[in-house]
Amino acid sequence: MTQDKVENKNGELVVVKDLVKYFPVRGGVLRRIVNWVQAVDGISFSIRKGETLGLVGESGCGKSTTGRTILHLLDPTSGTVVFNDQNVFELQRQEMKVLRRDMQIIFQDPYASLNPRRPIGESIKAGLNIHQVGTPTERTEMVLDILHKVGLEDYHYHRYPHEFSGGQRQRIGIARAIALKPKFIVCDEPVSALDVSIQSQVLNLLQDLQDEFGLTYLFIAHNLSVVEHISDRVAVMYLGKIIELASRDDLYLNPLHPYTKALMSAIPIPKPSLRRTRTILKGEVPSPLDPPSGCRFHPRCPIATEQCSVEEPEFVEVMKDHYVACLRVGSQKVRI
Amino acid sequence: MTEHSDQFLLEIRGLKTYFYTDDGVVKAVDGVDFNVNRGEILGLVGESGCGKSVTALSIMQLIRKPGKIVEGKISFDSVNLRELPLEDIQEIRGNRISMIFQQPQTSLNPVITVGDQLAEVFEIHADLNDEEMWEKSVELLRTVGIADPEQKALAYPHEMSGGQAQRVMIAMGLAMSPELLIADEPTTALDVTIQAQILDLMRDLRNELGTAVILITHDLGVIAEMADWVAVMYAGQIVEQAGVVPLFDNPFHPYTRGLINSIPVLGETKHRLADIDGVVPNLVDLPKGCNFAPRCKAREKYGLSICEEINPDLDEIMPNHTVRCWLYQDTEDHKAPLKP
Repeated sequence: MTQDKVENKNGELVVVKDLVKYFPVRGGVLRRIVNWVQAVDGISFSIRKGETLGLVGESGCGKSTTGRTILHLLDPTSGTVVFNDQNVFELQRQEMKVLRRDMQIIFQDPYASLNPRRPIGESIKAGLNIHQVGTPTERTEMVLDILHKVGLEDYHYHRYPHEFSGGQRQRIGIARAIALKPKFIVCDEPVSALDVSIQSQVLNLLQDLQDEFGLTYLFIAHNLSVVEHISDRVAVMYLGKIIELASRDDLYLNPLHPYTKALMSAIPIPKPSLRRTRTILKGEVPSPLDPPSGCRFHPRCPIATEQCSVEEPEFVEVMKDHYVACLRVGSQKVRI
Repeated sequence: MTEHSDQFLLEIRGLKTYFYTDDGVVKAVDGVDFNVNRGEILGLVGESGCGKSVTALSIMQLIRKPGKIVEGKISFDSVNLRELPLEDIQEIRGNRISMIFQQPQTSLNPVITVGDQLAEVFEIHADLNDEEMWEKSVELLRTVGIADPEQKALAYPHEMSGGQAQRVMIAMGLAMSPELLIADEPTTALDVTIQAQILDLMRDLRNELGTAVILITHDLGVIAEMADWVAVMYAGQIVEQAGVVPLFDNPFHPYTRGLINSIPVLGETKHRLADIDGVVPNLVDLPKGCNFAPRCKAREKYGLSICEEINPDLDEIMPNHTVRCWLYQDTEDHKAPLKP
């Protein structure tokens, strides 16, 4: 979790530093910028080769925007992303095109992300065509091979997206993402739209593929239980900031930030004999157009003090490899 | 459902709702029985396409072409709803039985303020003047936890968050203090911390008003938190029914087991999730025999052939615990391999 090393001595494949992404809001007759949606507001983290970093948070926290900005599908407002020792935002178009083979994305809505007028085999092949991998015949063979890998059949090649179920379309999305044998995949809520029994099939598939191909994942989701299952380390986001980051076990056994605690407490557990009293947060998630002052969580925080509305907490390591942004936790003193 | 009350609030017997489409007859609900006692929360759980929403709409008499309730008794407070004329149904709907839906912002009228929509319920079912209706509406909004209700009553649905809109729906649903509330996936579209608020609210209101609830969801966690009784649906039929604790402690049906085991549980990491092979059957083209047979590992394990021939009935294999499965029932030619 270093902020300074570009040479990845720690086997870090992706290093994100102070990433900011604001979306302009235009208004008035002249369409001037009247406000900014502060979607991602200064986050830093790294992902080691072969690991799965879970990025979890509720709607509007900025997790999808983070995923897309890292891949340069969105232009950043500021900050850097270093992928495999290369500074992503400083690459020329041609260099970026080459890098894209190594960085792929799986989308949440498997229907919206597939071209409805193309047979899915062609959609999967598109990347191979663009990067001119092998001969055209070899590419068809590769696509058939990938279809089998994700649990589909040869004859699915010529079918159209609408002929598949949600779970199958998600498999197609995964097939498309692994076609170029990438190193890194951003999984943007890949199972949220799926029924539970299909969800487990797809999660198992993602894990199998990771083992087989040595993939590195950024796994974005709002479902903490799913994230806990698949991740090695987990980062929790709230309103554009990372408020806690730790190994999977540390986070779930010892959550430090009050938001993380509330999030965990809110999850309904399928064990009725364990019905317990929960921390219920008051109020709604504020708008990223107008985030609260100081610590963004303070209006809803059960342990907030006056200081919390004034001072923005820093993101610090309070225990080994466990980072939190909270004035009430760890060595940061609250000034009365 | 225990037989403790002299009469059930709601009794469903042999409900069949089919949709007559160009592709064939979709047997959305294919022989469903259950009861709801006063003040009880029944969880109706299953994945997409299992028939739970259509069951709810059937109870509310809201099925339209090409759908049709083909058969069955829907008895509410001892009255068969299927035999009532429309005016009587309209008297009951929104008043004694009400329903709240999954995507609150889609279900609310976008061109009418929230306060006016709430007041509509009173307009139809109560005898109040304008001022009284407005006051009651504001009070209701306050009860469901909307801050600044006098202001918010003047807002339009799109000006509210998902959580707020759902509270408005709940307010509308509870306005006339119904005896039965049907909640169709009320929290699925909401963030988890907001979901917790809404579920808490529903529980409090149930405790205060004594409303019975049919809670429809695919989320077993929500069921575990909220329900007293659970019915698990698959491909238009109930496959298992029990009290919530016995269901989770001792699920009998292979589908129920598969569902419970395929969910990642916070605090319990396994390396691999159990999964259920295959997909739900096409309701136009159901397999012969048990609807779950093609996906059932237990059938394979015990080498059962009856599963592909005859669809089992729901059988009470333990007190207040029914299952639809050949693992537990005998016939002349078939001996159940497992008996509790």
